[in-house]
Amino acid sequence: MTQPTPVEKSKQNSNLDGQHFEVVIIGAGMAGLASGIRLGLAGKKSIILERHNASGGLNSFYSINGIKYDVGLHALTNYVPKGTKGTPLTKLLRQLRIPYDAFDLAPQKRSKIHFPSAELFFSNDFSFLESQVADQFPNEIDGFRKLSHTIRDLDAFNLSNEFTSTRQSIQRFFQNPLLESMLLCPTMYYGSATEHDMDFGQFAIMFRSLFFEGFARPLNGVRTIIKALQDQYRSLGGIRKMRCGVQKICTKNSSVSHLTLDDGSSITADKIISTAGISETFKLCKPTPAQSEKNIGNLGFTETITLFEDQPKDLGWEDTIIFFSEQDDFKYQSPTSELVDPASGVICMPNNYEYPNCETLEHGILRITALAHPKDWFNLEETNYQKQKNYWYSKLQEVALNILEPKQSLQKIPSEIIATDMFTPRTVHKYTGHINGAIYGAPQKIKDGRTHLDNLFIAGTDQGFLGIIGAMLSGISMTNLHCLKD
Amino acid sequence: MTPEQVKQIVIDIINEIAPDEDTSNLKAEVNLRDQMDLDSMDFLDIVMELRKQHGIEVPEEDYPQLASLDSCADYLTPKFNA
Repeated sequence: MTQPTPVEKSKQNSNLDGQHFEVVIIGAGMAGLASGIRLGLAGKKSIILERHNASGGLNSFYSINGIKYDVGLHALTNYVPKGTKGTPLTKLLRQLRIPYDAFDLAPQKRSKIHFPSAELFFSNDFSFLESQVADQFPNEIDGFRKLSHTIRDLDAFNLSNEFTSTRQSIQRFFQNPLLESMLLCPTMYYGSATEHDMDFGQFAIMFRSLFFEGFARPLNGVRTIIKALQDQYRSLGGIRKMRCGVQKICTKNSSVSHLTLDDGSSITADKIISTAGISETFKLCKPTPAQSEKNIGNLGFTETITLFEDQPKDLGWEDTIIFFSEQDDFKYQSPTSELVDPASGVICMPNNYEYPNCETLEHGILRITALAHPKDWFNLEETNYQKQKNYWYSKLQEVALNILEPKQSLQKIPSEIIATDMFTPRTVHKYTGHINGAIYGAPQKIKDGRTHLDNLFIAGTDQGFLGIIGAMLSGISMTNLHCLKD
Repeated sequence: MTPEQVKQIVIDIINEIAPDEDTSNLKAEVNLRDQMDLDSMDFLDIVMELRKQHGIEVPEEDYPQLASLDSCADYLTPKFNA
C-alpha cells in the first residue's frame, strides 16, 4: 500500500466540518466515481468520501515489494471494439465523456469452460461459442440459439425488483443439464450474489457481457480505468476525500439530516448516494432500520496470485480465463464443511490478452479464485489464519495445475516463482467494508436504488448491475434518476 | 435567436455529448433517434447542457418536445428569446 502522509486523525477532515454539498457519494469505487462524474457534468457540487486510501472499491489495486497487483478485474466484461454502438460500454463512455482509448482495452485471446465431461471454448466472437455448442452438444444447439434470442430481446435493465429463477427459465431450452451447468458456471462466478440460482435478468446481463460482448483488459490493469475516472472527475471540479469514512448517517423524520465522519466532522447534503452496500449503509443509519438477516451477502471468495518467470503461453497455457468445475453437477454455494471449496472456480492469466504492439506483462501471472466460507475465515486466530492460507494456496494451485497440465506431474510448478499472494473474505472485508467480504453483495438488490429515506440512494453492487461496467452504469443511472432530473 | 440558430445549438450539444455520431446530414423534420444512436440518457444530457450552457430549463414531461430538430426549434426558440 502507498502510505499516505501521516495526518493527525482528529484534524484530518476538519476542513469539511459544517460544509454542505448537493450530493455526497459514499465510496470511491467504480459506481461512486461514475456518479461523481455525472454530477460534475451537471455542474453539481459533490464530494466522494472513501475510507480506504486507494480508489476502486472491489476493483482496486495494491503493491507489495514494488510488484503491482490488481484486486477484482480478471477481465473487463462487456468489451466491444471501438465504434460499436448501443452497448453498455459505449453508452457509459458517452455518459462519462471519456474517450474509448482512455481505457486502453486489449481483447482476450480465448477462454473456456472446463467440466469433467466437456469443454467449451469461447472468445469475443459469439459465433465461436455457438459453434462449440453445436460440436459438443449437437442436440442442444437449437435450444441454445433460442435462449440467445430470448436474452437478446430481454429488457434486462428494467428497474423492477422481481426475482425470476434462471434455472427454471433456461431448463426449458435444454435436454442436457450439463450445458445448463456449463453456462451457469461463468455467469454465476462473475456476478451472482445468490447461491444455487440467480435472477434471470442478471443472468441475461452477464450472458450478454461475457458472450455477446466479451473480455478485455488494459495492459496496466485496473489502474488505467480508475485513473481515467479520477482524472475526469477531478477535471470537472469534483472533490474526493480518501481515508475519510462515514461513521453515521443521521436521520430526522424520513430524511438524512447530516453525516458524521470518522473524525467527528459533520457535513450536510441534499442527497446521498451510497455505494457501500445495502446492509452496510443501513447499519450507518441512526436510527438503524430493521433488516432481514437473509439479505446479508454470504458468498465469500478467495484468490491466489502467483507471479513467475515464464509467460504462460510458453508453458502451453493459452487461455485467458478458465471457468472450471470438477463435477458435472455444478454447485455454486458457500462451502459447508471446509474453508474453501476447490471443486469449482476461475483461473485467470492476465498475460493472455492481445496487447497492442505485442507488448507483454513483465511476469507470468496465475490467479485462481474459489468460493470461501466467510465466517470460518473470520473466526481463525492469526497463526492459524496464515497456516490455512498456505494450505489452501497449495491446494488451489494443485487443482489449477491439474486443469492446465493434465498429463504432467503435479509437482511441475512453473519455473521460478517470483511472488505469491492470497486474499480471503477477511481481506476483502478489511479493505472494502463489505460484510462477510461478499464481493457480490446482498442477494436481494434494490434496482431503483430507493431506501426508507427519501434522500438516500443505493448504487453499485447492491443496486444490481454487475461487473465493472455494471457498477459504473449503476452509478450513472442512479445519479441520472435521482439527482439530475430536478 | 432564430430557429436555425437554435437548431445549431442543439447540433453543437449533440456533437459534444456524442462525438461518435455524424451530425452533418441530419434531416430537421425526422426524429433524432431515427437518425442517430441516441437513448434517453443522451436526451438527459442534451437537457443538462441546455441548462448549463444557456440557462434553459426543460422539465422531464417536455422531453418529447426535443424529438426532432424542428420540434426542438419550435419548443426552444421562445425560451431562448424569453
